[in-house]
Amino acid sequence: MRHIISLLLENEAGALARVAGLFAARGYNIEALTVAPTEDPTVSRMTIVTRGDERIIEQITKQLNKLIDVIKLLDISGADHIERELMLLKVRTHNGHDREEIKRLSDIFRGRIIDVTARSYVIEMTGDSAKLDAFLANLAPSQIIEVVRSGPTGILRGERGLHL
Amino acid sequence: MELSGAEIVVQALKDEGVEFIFGYPGGAVLHIYDALFGQEDVKHVLVRHEQGATHMADGYARATGKPGVVLATSGPGATNLVTGIATAYMDSIPMVVLTGQVPTPVIGSDAFQECDTVGITRPCVKHNFLVKDRRKLAETIKKAFHIATTGRPGPVLVDIPKDITDPNVKIPYHYPETISLRSYKPKVKGNPRQIKKAAELILQARRPMIYAGGGVILGEAATELTEFTRLLGFPITLTLMGLGGYPGTDRQFLGMLGMHGTYEANMAMHECDVLIAIGARFDDRVTGKLDEFCPYAKIIHIDVDPASIAKNVPVDVPIVGQVKPVLADLIAELKASGKKPDADALAAWWQQIERWRAVDCLRYDRESPLIKPQYVIEQLWEATRGEAYVTSDVGQHQMWVAQYYKFDRPRRWINSGGLGTMGFGMPAAIGVKLAHPDSDVICVTGEASIQMCIQELSTALQYKTPIKIVNLNNRYMGMVRQWQEFTYESRYSHSYMDTIPDFVRLAEAYGHVGMRIEKPEDVRPALDEALKMKDRLVFLDFITDRTENVYPMVEAGKAQHEMRLPPWINVDRELA
Repeated sequence: MRHIISLLLENEAGALARVAGLFAARGYNIEALTVAPTEDPTVSRMTIVTRGDERIIEQITKQLNKLIDVIKLLDISGADHIERELMLLKVRTHNGHDREEIKRLSDIFRGRIIDVTARSYVIEMTGDSAKLDAFLANLAPSQIIEVVRSGPTGILRGERGLHL
Repeated sequence: MELSGAEIVVQALKDEGVEFIFGYPGGAVLHIYDALFGQEDVKHVLVRHEQGATHMADGYARATGKPGVVLATSGPGATNLVTGIATAYMDSIPMVVLTGQVPTPVIGSDAFQECDTVGITRPCVKHNFLVKDRRKLAETIKKAFHIATTGRPGPVLVDIPKDITDPNVKIPYHYPETISLRSYKPKVKGNPRQIKKAAELILQARRPMIYAGGGVILGEAATELTEFTRLLGFPITLTLMGLGGYPGTDRQFLGMLGMHGTYEANMAMHECDVLIAIGARFDDRVTGKLDEFCPYAKIIHIDVDPASIAKNVPVDVPIVGQVKPVLADLIAELKASGKKPDADALAAWWQQIERWRAVDCLRYDRESPLIKPQYVIEQLWEATRGEAYVTSDVGQHQMWVAQYYKFDRPRRWINSGGLGTMGFGMPAAIGVKLAHPDSDVICVTGEASIQMCIQELSTALQYKTPIKIVNLNNRYMGMVRQWQEFTYESRYSHSYMDTIPDFVRLAEAYGHVGMRIEKPEDVRPALDEALKMKDRLVFLDFITDRTENVYPMVEAGKAQHEMRLPPWINVDRELA
């Protein structure tokens, strides 16, 4: 099962390496990882997307909690949550038909074209990972020059939150 | 008080009450060594190889419960520490390791004797730090001691660049008395609801079993464990790391369990209906084949580390907390209930256990004209009245000590259980002897292991640590040879050494006493003679039976009750 684990950790040199090293050393699967400081510059927020059965996810959360730099964590996929990923996509637009078609498709997926040249678009799109996958599936591989995805981040719905 | 970084390091160690620091100088730590010069509060022990320093600090920590402290230089000084740090990490031993680093401005430039010490040691420490600001040095050292000694203990490394210890830059010194980390709050007490649930399950048990490990030693809970076990009248087994946590000579003790555990301990584990695991981590050397581990048992697991619970084996009643307060609460809960487990069921269970015990799985040939290693350990136990501190290296000799030296008290048995580090025993014994100069400290080893840190014989002379080395010399890497005999049709691939030093002369060359013992009748007199030499290190080289194996054995992949007993014991006949 796919899980999204949110962590608050000390914004210290090496904290990221400790998390990444833990996954490598114990053979856990890591699909995506995002990290950035929060409103408190001493604290970073990290989102990890991982896969595993219940026993493995339990071990992952326990082992993460054991890291001295980890302050708090929550498996948000177990609760009602919102997930968003940012994608920047560069596509070829060599003819008028392509330009029309890609613009239309991008509108349907609520993407924005943020850079235009005679032969290319850059599209900005956010959504859950499945939506971004679906958009890409509608393009021919030959149309895609470059795909940049941030990896998912997430937040709980409602008043409850992961904070200090 | 204004101090330089180097002086801060030394003053912090004094404020922490550190007695000994085990180390080796080099470029990046020269400022610190200069600050150590001429003071007597922190005694520096100069080792011959940095690995020896970690094992000495480790032995000191295991024998005292206090953190061991190590100091080494950057680069090779730091990399030489890795085996010893990993050894301490696997057995949860509190240790603070200080390393020098190249000056901050050249970090990352492949400077002379530079290595990424924090990166190299990250997977084998509880935590580590690189100090980049001298104003944080004292606080970081305090954090290191705090983290190393609380919760599930472990080694913590502090990497200190040379410019941070510059003697010419002085800053105000303040060493915090206590420290609190928002990201690290280990649990002490167990959840009362879980303790109540555990008590209820214990009172329903008909075939109970207590399985306790190193957490009892680390958590200073031997008294509570003994009270708990006697209150209930339950059988108890201990892991390799737990030996001494309950008296080894007591009737309720069934011996060690696991790969080389006793027949009665492993059978009782397999057949029990309630298993009470206390400060033990269900290591693969204990469980054998996981699918068939304790198939009939509901399991209660007490551990300070939540990640140890349900890691390998599902648990019915988990209790996160330090073993000592949890056991005290559990004892109180059981007493308050006014109830006792079913006495008839327990009596029947003990009858079954006594039948298993009567198999006498540890018996061996006492008539042999060759020295049997088991005999040496039995004689050692008698000669030291079971009161010595015994360290070991890794292999057959380690298992024989675990089986035949009946430890009645905690912290007397000092060995590398988790990592299985050959070369650990002798330096560890030096650390123990420094902590307990008036006690007998014995290192039981083999001719292969002892050669891995042999250079520390020189340290032992310099610091007058008259340990006794019991070398069970079978001219083989015995445990490797045993596995090759059992599973590789006796193809003894590189498990013997064609050249072995003359250990008697070697000991003499290092300034010690050497003795070679070749006949069974000379074993005890030699031990007695060596133990009488209170102020000399004695190296006893026992020439033992080459082909002796460690029995019982649960071979890899087998379930715990599928033991290989010695060929001279027929279980079916014994049980009939």
